[in-house]
Amino acid sequence: MDQVSEHDSVYDGLLGGDDSRWAFGTSFEDPLAGVDTTVPDGVDTAALAAYCLMLGDDALIASHRLSEWCSSAPDLEDDIALANIALDLLGQARLLLARAAAADPTVVPALPEGSPVPPEDALAFFRPEGRFRNVRLVEQANGDFAVTVARLMVLSTWRLALMERLVDSRDAVLAAIAAKAVKEVAYHRDYAARWVVTLALGTDESRRRVEAGLRTVWPWRWELVDDHVVETEVDAAGVGVAPSRVADEVDALLDQVLGVARLERPEVKDVGPHGGRAGRDGRHTEALGRLLAEMQVVAREHPRGRW
Amino acid sequence: MVTAVRSAVAADRARAVVASVTDPEMPMLTLHDLGVLRDVVVQADGRVRVTITPTYSGCPAMATMRDDLVRALQDAGFEAEVVVSLEPAWSSDLITQAGRRALRDHGVSPPGAAPQGGPVALRLLPVRRDVRCPRCDSTAVELTSEFGPTACRALYRCTDCLEPFEHVKEI
Repeated sequence: MDQVSEHDSVYDGLLGGDDSRWAFGTSFEDPLAGVDTTVPDGVDTAALAAYCLMLGDDALIASHRLSEWCSSAPDLEDDIALANIALDLLGQARLLLARAAAADPTVVPALPEGSPVPPEDALAFFRPEGRFRNVRLVEQANGDFAVTVARLMVLSTWRLALMERLVDSRDAVLAAIAAKAVKEVAYHRDYAARWVVTLALGTDESRRRVEAGLRTVWPWRWELVDDHVVETEVDAAGVGVAPSRVADEVDALLDQVLGVARLERPEVKDVGPHGGRAGRDGRHTEALGRLLAEMQVVAREHPRGRW
Repeated sequence: MVTAVRSAVAADRARAVVASVTDPEMPMLTLHDLGVLRDVVVQADGRVRVTITPTYSGCPAMATMRDDLVRALQDAGFEAEVVVSLEPAWSSDLITQAGRRALRDHGVSPPGAAPQGGPVALRLLPVRRDVRCPRCDSTAVELTSEFGPTACRALYRCTDCLEPFEHVKEI
């Protein structure tokens, strides 16, 4: 060959300073770029940030658990469905963690100078277990598919009811995040509830599995609707929703699904707080430590984003 | 006067460049057709500020949209920045008529009317949609899954021509 044309090397286009040639770019981005994140008058920024971490950590940890199904779900359609739901929740987590960081930058862990890690990632990947504020329901290991859909039904029924009220938040950012979440979580709730019904009315084995799934997730339910002092405070300030407000609605919806599925509410004891503290206070079960070890290892090994 | 005319011309040119940028996941649609483009402003310093809104919270195409916009504007001689607008939330109703035609022409079923506000009803049976097969126009279609290759699409199949196809969900 006499001369090498510019098309001879498939790598040529990758060189040079134009990052946007990479599939999704190589630069970090702020999901709230350009959004006015001023905190409304009369709102305690620390309480608002803690509340955003609660809702954001629920989404982040549930998303991570659901993503563990990727390539392992019972069939391709459900593999795709669970991955899509995980992606929706990850998007909500990014917005909520970014909102927490904008409201109160002191919640963001300090990183080495020169680290390109944005606040939302610092919160996700560099916080220790004791500063995660998710409910313990979402951190439990997946179990089988029936356990996963039973838990997703409980979580998304509660989350949708909460988000439907949060659209009236005095905090315009939270209100906008909630308005998007309502549209997304409605699909999650339908998906999970339909599977609970399908499994319950399927074979003896599928019914046995979904009954066991409900018994597995039921002891953790109470934490979703138990008002934490932070939730009471943001509710009073008009920026958040105390979850006890949605307890009756959530119960009625779950009873509706159980009725169609001809299932009884499981009679199992709640797993209470430990020393007066539970997930919203950063008191978690062993399962979260293992999850975080896997989720955070790469970021913690490379805090400057370089290797 | 000359400055005003020049900046109006620049604004038109910037808008034309932005109008040509397509969605990375559904390249038959421009960002305008998809309804995610909120605003294009040429600022006093000549920089172009483009405002876009995400379709779904977790849409991984947002970063690519931003990069494609910045690059297209750079190629046309503009410095550009892209910012996010979350409110009002994107709705599939914002997809233009031209966008709906383009979807159908490329074998993707366009969305029907999005649900209106108010309490969200629990749906234990598949949502009834007025869906036609984009290949043979049959109404004999069945839902395979509410979740598809991207957050915004559901999977269907046509029981007449037997081909699978995607439907853009109503949100």
